[in-house]
Amino acid sequence: MTWQVEIDPQQCMASGSCAAIAPDLFAVGGAHARPLNDRIEEDERALDAADVCPAMAITVRDGERVIGPRP
Amino acid sequence: MTTADTAPLSYPFNIPESLELSEEYEQARNLPGLLKVRMAYGEPAWLVTRYAEARFVLGDQRFSRAEGALHDEPRQSEGRRDSGILGMDPPDHTRLRALVAKAFTVRQVERLRPQVKQLTQELLDELEAAGPPADLVDRYALPIPVAVICRLLGVPTEDRPRFRVWSDAALSTSSLTAAEFDANLEELRAYMSQLIEEHRRAPQDDLMTALIDARDVGDRLSELELVDLCVGILVAGHETTATQIPNFVLALLDHPGQLALLRERPELIGSAVEELLRFVPLGSGAGQPRYATEDIDVGGTLVRAGTPVLVAVGAANRDALRFDSPGTLDISRAGNQHLGFGHGVHHCLGAPLARLELQEALGALITRFPTLRLAGDVEWKSQMLVRGPRVMPVGW
Repeated sequence: MTWQVEIDPQQCMASGSCAAIAPDLFAVGGAHARPLNDRIEEDERALDAADVCPAMAITVRDGERVIGPRP
Repeated sequence: MTTADTAPLSYPFNIPESLELSEEYEQARNLPGLLKVRMAYGEPAWLVTRYAEARFVLGDQRFSRAEGALHDEPRQSEGRRDSGILGMDPPDHTRLRALVAKAFTVRQVERLRPQVKQLTQELLDELEAAGPPADLVDRYALPIPVAVICRLLGVPTEDRPRFRVWSDAALSTSSLTAAEFDANLEELRAYMSQLIEEHRRAPQDDLMTALIDARDVGDRLSELELVDLCVGILVAGHETTATQIPNFVLALLDHPGQLALLRERPELIGSAVEELLRFVPLGSGAGQPRYATEDIDVGGTLVRAGTPVLVAVGAANRDALRFDSPGTLDISRAGNQHLGFGHGVHHCLGAPLARLELQEALGALITRFPTLRLAGDVEWKSQMLVRGPRVMPVGW
């Protein structure tokens, strides 16, 4: 099962926290961060990144269901 | 492109004894390109005052903080401050920030809300018992963030009078000599080292213990980095919030219509705090210059490699190109992507905690005292990096 990762460029503060946690999943370029791939294999670090994002800009979905950031 | 050969303007612009945004910013925003400014010490710098360029400079990693150590950085006091994590670039910055980021996530911080709520009620009870006029700073604005950061980090709250003096000096822009400045920092470091040793002997459920583990078990930071990170969290963790609480109260008292609206619709507290963060220019001026590491065009000005750029977030937050009626305090403003917490890798780590404290502190205060008012002259902080009341007598 793959997950979908999204970063809202309006919310993103380019803090680089996501790229720090998982440099193979996220990169900061210019004014905001972006996922290197929209679809990823299940990876706990993507949820960690969504949790620590200071702007709460990262959404991780498993199919239709939002699984990150965790409540 | 302009390269502006005119003499640099003297900076900072803002007057310390008020929360006004200097009109000079308005003029600067309306001029093409960037303005050249000179602070009391250090080399001249470019000043960014518009929102788009502020976001660009703060977010683009071709602008470096660490590079400043190699230059005569523009600054307000003679002493060079080692700004710790704020003076670092990735990857060093990222390594340290990642260690503490988890403690300050929205989810972690929300768990503290009930405690903060209870603390505001206790302090308001004491304030009410003492009777008016009462100093809002000493009896309310300071104790809230101090108690929260002390508990989170693992610092005894009773030591507040001691670290208060060091913290004041750390943010002072007065004519402290470099030696005095360093002596103060060394005292604060010695205090923190001793607390770290105590935590090593008797681990606690707090952030200091987690950071000690990261050093002793994970070898992920040096001893000095550990000490400075704790010092940074303690100072940054209370001074700004403690200053913004009375500032926001002043701004609301100055806009009685908005204050009445907030009392009528308390659910607006979230957007009210965001708007106040946008509207109130906390700093006396921009600091923490960013150095261009290559030639970069910023809003029509060519910034040469090795030149510093100062970003005035208070001015960017009033940019009409980004915000409708930027000079109006509108607590129901939507889409408020202000730069009050900065932007980019140095975006305030403690933003979720600051938001929570500001929401709870303001909400509880205006609910408890429907006739809250100033009950004497505000005594302003002077010669500090942050502006706000040192003493603020209130009545109700």
